[in-house]
Amino acid sequence: IIRLSSLPNPGLDDRIPSHQELERMEKEEAGDRPKWDNKTQYMLTCVGFCVGLGNVWRFPYLCQSHGGGAFMIPFLILLVLEGIPLLHLEFAIGQRLRSGSVGVWTAINPYLTGVGIASLLVSFLVGMYYNTIIAWVMWYFFNSFQNPLPWSQCPVNANLTDLVSECARSSPVDYFWYRDTLNTSTSIGDSGGLQWWMVLCLLCAWLLLYVCCLRGIETTGKAVYVTSTLPYVVLTIFLIRGLTLKGSLDGIKFLFTPDLNELMNPSTWLDAGAQVFYSFSLAFGGLISFSSYNSVHNNCEQDAVIISIINGFTSVYAATVIYSIIGFRATERFDDCLEGNILALLNAFSLAEGNITEGNYAESLQNLNGTFPETIQSLDLKTCDLQTFLSQGVEGTGLAFIVFTEAITKMPVSPLWSILFFIMLFCLGLSTMFGSIEGTVVPLQDLNIFPKRWPKEAITGIVCLVSFIIALIFAQSSGNYWLALFDSFAGSIPLLVIAFCEMIAVVYIYGIDRFNKDIEFMIGHKPNLFWQVTWRFVSPLIVLVIFVFYFVTKVSSNVTYIAWNPSSEDFPTLEVLEYPAWIYVIIFILAGVPSLVVPGTAMFKLIRRCCSQFHLNSVNPVNLRMENNSISGHLNLPN
Amino acid sequence: MLVWILFLLCQVGAPALAQDLCQRDAPNGYKVRISLKTALGEDAYEWNQSEMFFFQATMAFAMRRHFQMETYNVDNIILCVQTSRVSFWFVVTSPDNTTMLIPKADVEKAVRMSRHRINNAFLLSDRTLEFLGIYPTLAAPVNPDTPPWLIVFGVVIGAVCAGIIALLVSSLLQKRRKEKGMTEDGQDEEDMQVKGVENGINLDGTYNRGFTDDDRFTKL
Repeated sequence: IIRLSSLPNPGLDDRIPSHQELERMEKEEAGDRPKWDNKTQYMLTCVGFCVGLGNVWRFPYLCQSHGGGAFMIPFLILLVLEGIPLLHLEFAIGQRLRSGSVGVWTAINPYLTGVGIASLLVSFLVGMYYNTIIAWVMWYFFNSFQNPLPWSQCPVNANLTDLVSECARSSPVDYFWYRDTLNTSTSIGDSGGLQWWMVLCLLCAWLLLYVCCLRGIETTGKAVYVTSTLPYVVLTIFLIRGLTLKGSLDGIKFLFTPDLNELMNPSTWLDAGAQVFYSFSLAFGGLISFSSYNSVHNNCEQDAVIISIINGFTSVYAATVIYSIIGFRATERFDDCLEGNILALLNAFSLAEGNITEGNYAESLQNLNGTFPETIQSLDLKTCDLQTFLSQGVEGTGLAFIVFTEAITKMPVSPLWSILFFIMLFCLGLSTMFGSIEGTVVPLQDLNIFPKRWPKEAITGIVCLVSFIIALIFAQSSGNYWLALFDSFAGSIPLLVIAFCEMIAVVYIYGIDRFNKDIEFMIGHKPNLFWQVTWRFVSPLIVLVIFVFYFVTKVSSNVTYIAWNPSSEDFPTLEVLEYPAWIYVIIFILAGVPSLVVPGTAMFKLIRRCCSQFHLNSVNPVNLRMENNSISGHLNLPN
Repeated sequence: MLVWILFLLCQVGAPALAQDLCQRDAPNGYKVRISLKTALGEDAYEWNQSEMFFFQATMAFAMRRHFQMETYNVDNIILCVQTSRVSFWFVVTSPDNTTMLIPKADVEKAVRMSRHRINNAFLLSDRTLEFLGIYPTLAAPVNPDTPPWLIVFGVVIGAVCAGIIALLVSSLLQKRRKEKGMTEDGQDEEDMQVKGVENGINLDGTYNRGFTDDDRFTKL
């Protein structure tokens, strides 16, 4: 294997500040670059950016569906081999080159500007749909200030004779989510118009984000004291509450029961790798920006390790809390199911109450079935299995807005728990949005798209306004389907491409030797063998493997989505529909454009340089004469 | 003698007749199902003959309440087919003619009207004192004038807008203060020059105005 230390990169020293310049800037505190008030703000902002909704509603599901406790093994291994090296890389390069994503990659090599632009596009697209989820969270939060909670019972129909049919056939929580909140249409093509209450919530979400990001880290740095710490407080409160509820320990046991056979399944490792990658909010450009506001000698290696540990710990902690509540809900459902069956038996055979209990249910059922099989058949008893209830697909919005809200309605003093839960989700989402906005606004400033004298407030305002207007697609009846589309495509493939390019850029184009020397300058010692091996081979390889598998799976499979259709046969099970043909254009815009911008910008710059050189060479003699005349004209020199 | 035999027959026959009127799946009867343990748990009372009598009395009351002219009595409510589930059938006879049954629809109206009172008499609810075939009327939904979520929304958005305006105004003031500060610094420097403070050293001696920088005010 030829040891490729680095590719030729002329002019690098002219584009980046040297170590002496950095020392000087540090001492004189020169430059108008914003700075963190203290280290705590920086750490809380990074923790807030990394810890997001995915820790609460994606990781627990993956854990439970891939063999419980056994999932920890691939997760922790990939955390160490993939997450920590990438995090350290982004922190170090941001701190060294003191610029946002576009600035950093342009400084390393002008042809790499595309990587920064791709980060900008991805941050923008992901920010749009992520803030819509926050708008949904706010809607539920606003509706939590009433007792009983609106999703605890079905509404009555117009002539007060019966419950609304759509609700009676599914459940109050499903009805409130799909009808009262989303007013969802039956397919993505059927737009159904804007839902005014959603528009209001979306407006509120974007205004709130604007007020927190108004002056960049000056305002977000204050906001993170609340948004990054409150989730942990709420999680602890829920843990204590959850452990006192019946069935919570069943949930936790179910979550962590290891099934080592799952380790043989490659999709377990892929999902673990993808989860680690997305959980760290890498490749958005936000982390590079945040660490560029640090002092030059900040210990970025230590920061990377600490934040990775916090992120991993938060995932496990949140999973424990979520599954204790899920265990409670499953037990309640199981008890209800059993009670329903027992009642049916008592009524059918006119037995005294207390004759059949949970304890002797199986026995009694067998006896009765032996003597009166036809009656038992006609009763149509449901099978009640605790394991089924525990494993009911609980991830994403389904977990937060359907399963968890149902569990909350069964707890005493429900409005309080609802308010706490949605405040926690809101804080988790908002602190991630800070990173998204940072990853959008700073590259726009670096690219000089807006005039330099425009204040940061104006640029942030324009970004928020444009995002809000485009995000109105999510406020339509079909908004839920659009959001799922964005989530699958904008937030997956492009990030893997960007991360891979980042590593190649730093290790092979910037030069790993130069990078090592920089880190030695910044923190005092050279990165050890672990970092060398992971940066050069292991992490890029893992990212490449995940990308290839993702790409192949997405391209080869028929792209489908699930829709809520009250008139479908399997209602309330969601209907599986295929995307219409014109969606593929949208998919290309979401996933293809950011990925193709990376080579595209390089080509564009190459062509421009070749063209301008060609132009210069061909008209040179004429130009020289004309230039001479003009110079003599201005300076009144004798001819 | 004949009269005495007839009287005996009536005594025997009346309950038999009553028994014929009330039977399982009687066309004008209703089945009642009571779930005491579900409703009251450990405080559940025993269901015995006295409770049955109480039920008859309650039903008679319900019938009286509905048909205000007619005086129903405990004897007009006939119960049968009791089980240990606690369920039984009942029919209502007319006070004027004990062989005539009150139609099902009328009984239903009476029960619906006094359902709440009947439930409360037995410390039960619609779910635990069931009249099979008579569905409870669902409570009318409470519709507040302003949905509560709009109120909370209004509060939050008001606070956010106030925050935005406050921050923007303070940014503007900061900028203006900075600009004003810079022009004031320039003025201070010029004053120092006039007073003869050169190189930070105060020059002693009288100040010769002839050599002041008059050009300060006469820019081209």
